[in-house]
Order: sequence, then structure tokens, then C-alpha cells
Amino acid sequence: MDMSYEEYGKLVKKASKGTKMYKTIPSAFLVGGIICTIGEVFRLWFVNMGMEKDHVGMWVSTILIFITAVLTGFGIFHKIAKFGGAGTFVPITGFANSVVSPALEFKVEGFVLGVSSKMFIIAGPVIVYGTIASIAAGIVFYIITLCGGTI
Amino acid sequence: MSLKRGIIHLKNPPSILGFSAVAGDMEQSGPLSGKFDKVFKGDMDGEKSFEKAESKMQLCAAEKAIEKANLNPEDIEIAFAGDLLNQCIGTNYGLRELGIPFAGVYGACSTMAESIVISSVFVSSGQVERAIAVTSSHFCASERQFRFPLEYGGQRPPTAQWTATAAGAVVLGKGQSKIKIKSVGVGRIIDYKIKDMNNMGAAMAPAAVDTIVKFLEDTNTTPKDYDLILTGDLGQVGSSILSELMDMEGYPLEGRHSDCGMLLFDRKKQDVHAGGSGCGCSAAVLCADVLDRMSKGNPKKVLFIATGALMSPTSNQQGESIPGVAHLVLLEGE
Amino acid sequence: MEILFSLLKAFVVGGLICVVGQLLLDFTKLNPAKILVSFVVAGVLLGAVGIYKPIVEFAGSGATVPLTGFGYLLSEGVRKAINTDGLIGILKGGLTAGAVGISAAVLFGILVAIIFKPKKK
Repeated sequence: MDMSYEEYGKLVKKASKGTKMYKTIPSAFLVGGIICTIGEVFRLWFVNMGMEKDHVGMWVSTILIFITAVLTGFGIFHKIAKFGGAGTFVPITGFANSVVSPALEFKVEGFVLGVSSKMFIIAGPVIVYGTIASIAAGIVFYIITLCGGTI
Repeated sequence: MSLKRGIIHLKNPPSILGFSAVAGDMEQSGPLSGKFDKVFKGDMDGEKSFEKAESKMQLCAAEKAIEKANLNPEDIEIAFAGDLLNQCIGTNYGLRELGIPFAGVYGACSTMAESIVISSVFVSSGQVERAIAVTSSHFCASERQFRFPLEYGGQRPPTAQWTATAAGAVVLGKGQSKIKIKSVGVGRIIDYKIKDMNNMGAAMAPAAVDTIVKFLEDTNTTPKDYDLILTGDLGQVGSSILSELMDMEGYPLEGRHSDCGMLLFDRKKQDVHAGGSGCGCSAAVLCADVLDRMSKGNPKKVLFIATGALMSPTSNQQGESIPGVAHLVLLEGE
Repeated sequence: MEILFSLLKAFVVGGLICVVGQLLLDFTKLNPAKILVSFVVAGVLLGAVGIYKPIVEFAGSGATVPLTGFGYLLSEGVRKAINTDGLIGILKGGLTAGAVGISAAVLFGILVAIIFKPKKK
């Protein structure tokens, strides 16, 4: 085949249909919006109940994580995700699914080397870089306080 | 004598004595419905893991093929077999109890053609009377090894292919039968620097072109001289690239081409995106459909080219591109 | 009426944040794992410089439920911890704030693994 890699790359690009943006974008908006609205329903309810302000967000997250875990267990979550795309994986539901799905999947390899060690194959980096970023922010905050500023 | 490296015209063309294909229920609900020798229920068919289920399928395919050849496992002198899983465990555990001398083969999705190539040369040489070539793949087992966990909610792009849950086996040997293997070809490793694991067809198409063109040049034939040019599992994207490249090479396919990845599933009704893939895909299409039709007289002359993508999740994470390989088998009916 | 308006704000803002993720998925080579990481880091940074807080006050769950909200939570945690504990707050604040989410995911992950069987897509 007398063809450069670049030429072949162009040919492949032409032959490979991309995702249909007119479908994926609205469905991500819709599904993501609905998940956040469900969260908001619980938030308003908890606020209305007079729950301590700091705890409201924690309970909302816990409930969404619980719902995701159950839907993942029943094999329903990835069907919603197939339609929702980023609409399901960007909210906390995606984080929960990324922990629960490998936990379930690697059950056959046992609870120590399977379930628990594979649990963070996707969520691990999220926690690692979230923590690192928060430490970096913390260092800057601390220097600001040292200089007499408020954060 | 062949003029090209890797092309072997067999002195004593071996006969196909028996063949068998087994598959999962999703394959059964596709276009080849009813053609499988056994259908496995659910993802595990009562086994404890997907890997065990794959082994069970492979054993079943091998046993059925031997049975259909009116032989016993003791009559088979050597087995060449493989699958997609790490260290080929689908095969190692599947064929464990058969007791046939076993040599493992890894050719990714090209394994069916590769093991037939090796078996044919062994039989043709006269050193071995009968050999068996077996391969399998399992959607769930390979998905968890190559991509994300099954329940992980991700979107597959349109170019992605669906690994078939299926196994196929072919018994070859001396003696009379309706189908003979006339020539075989071992492909080169061809890498056109495609890195997208969700576009395997594009990564493998150049390898298919390389092997096909080499064979056509060596035999001084054109695609028109064959009733069917059957590629392994290029899928929709790979097939359209293949056709374009073959035009450029001066060997237009002239409607003679079909692809196993597009034959195993109905892309309109089944959610498989660009089509099927995996060792089991070409094995199942060959053994459930094509060999069956050949033994009934049509098509007569079939060029079977199975393509394999030779990457691993490790090489992919290290930023390596996806090398492809394509092995060829020329089948001729009476 | 006010409730409906709150829900609408959560829907629109949450949906838009997800659309950003979908655009990254469709038009860049980023996979979901990398997008999640960038969203969390983006949340921490936007939270630290004070951009994210007004969005949270405006949209409620529309801003806290997406993973950028998790990042925001971590940066708010660090801010609080430094104010109360000083230097050690740098290491304490982030994960303390994220503890509930992580613990809940671990707990339900284990429970689901115990109860359910994996199956095909």
C-alpha cells in the first residue's frame, strides 16, 4: 500500500462517522438536567424540613449515590447512560457508577483482590487529582492568610 | 511454488472433515439464527464466570466438530487453538479435558484463519493425519479485559465493534470431503498508526489489503475469480476502507466482498454499532454459514481473510498504535 | 412558584454543565475517566478563586450535583479547615469535605457487589 500515515488517517476520518451531535448534546442536557433537578427536589425538601445547612448537600449526594448503586446493580444504569452520555457521568451519579460497576464486575475474583481493589479503577484518579488540587488550593490559601489576607 | 513470502500453495490440499459453530443468544437472534450447533443461554450459561462460559463454548464447538466428522477426540493428532483473553485461558481451560496434543495460537481476531493455516500446513505435509482448529470469544469476558466494566455507563462511538460471544471449530485431515483448502497465506504486521481502540476496523483494513493483494498478485487472479471474498471482522468502517483501498490498488472488489462482522449481526436491529468482532465472530460465520453453504455447492471458491488487531490495553495506555495482521485461507468446494 | 423556579435553574445549569462534558467527549480524545478528573480539578480551581460559589447560590443542586460541585466542595473544605486549623488544614480540609460522597460510594459499591450478579449490556 503506497500511502503515508497522514493520508491514511484522512481516509479513515472520512470513512468513520462521528457521533451524532444533534442527538448526543440534547440528551446530555436533558438527562443531566433531570438528575440535577432530582437532587434539587431533595435539597429543597431537606431545607424545608429544617435540616442543618451543611448536611443538606451531603444527604443529597448520598441519596443520588444510593439510587445509582441500585440502578447499576439491576443493570439499568448503563442503559440510561447510553442515552445520557455525559448527562449521566458528569453528575455525582457517574462517580457512584464508576465505583459500583467495577465492584460488581470483579466479584468473581473475590472481595479483596477483586471487588475492593478494582473499585477505584475509574474513580481513583478523580479522588487523587481532586485531593491534589485541593492541597494546591490550600497552600495558596495558607500563604494568603500568612500575608494577612482573608480567604 | 509461490513467489511471495507467506503464501503457501498446499501440495496435498487437506479436506474439511467437520465443522461446528456455537454462539450466545444475541448472535442467535441475528441473521444467522438457527444455524448454530448449540446456543448458550444468558451470559454465563450456568457457569460461575464469563471466562468459564467461554471455555465451555470452545469445548462444545470442538466436540461437535469432531462428532460431525464422525471421529473421536483420540483420532485428532493435534489442536491449534486460541482466544482473546490473557494467556488464552478460554482455550487452555476449554480444551483441557479433550486430551488432544495442543499448541496455543494468538492472532487476536485473526485466530480462526491462523489456526486453520497452521493445521493445513501440518496436514498437507503428511506428518499429521488430522488436526483441529478452534477459537472463541466472549463479549463480557473481553469487554472487562479490554475496556471498562460492563455496568459502567459509557457511550460507545459509532465506529466501535461488538465482540461476538461465539466459538467455532474445524477438523481438517486427509481423505475425501466436499471442501478442500488449496492455499494459505500468513500476513505481515501492518501498522498505519491508528490509535483508537474504538475503531479497530480502520486499524486492520491495511493488513487485509496487504495480504489480499499479495495473494492476488501471486496467483495472478482478480477478485472476480472468487465467488466470495470473506474478511474477518472489519465491520462497516473497515469494510468501506477496504473497498476504497482495493480500488486504489487496482483490484476493485466488484461486489464479491462480505465481512463476518456485518453478517453475524443485524446492524439495523441490533445495537452493535459498526458490526461484530472477536475471534468468535469470523469463526462462527465461517463454520455456521459459509462452510455449510459450500458443502451444499454454493459458493465454490472462497477467499477467507481473518484480520486481527495486535494491541493490548497496556500498549494502548502507553500510547502505542494498533498493528494489524491478516491471514488468508483459500477454500474450494467440489 | 419559587420552587418551580429553583427546579428550573437546577435543570438548566446542571444540564449545561453536562453539555460541556458531552462536547469534550464527542470532539476531543478525552475518555470519560479523563473528563471526570478534569471536572473535579476544574471545580476545585473555580471554587478556590471564588467563581463557583455564586453559581452554587444561583443553581443549588444544578451546580453541586455535577462533579465540578464535588471539586468545589473540596476547595471549600480546605478553606474552612485552614481558617480553623491553620497549616494542617491544607491536608485535612479536602478529603474531610469529600468524605461523605466517597464513603457512600464505597458502602453501596460493596453492598451491590454482595447482592447482585454482573450482566451484559
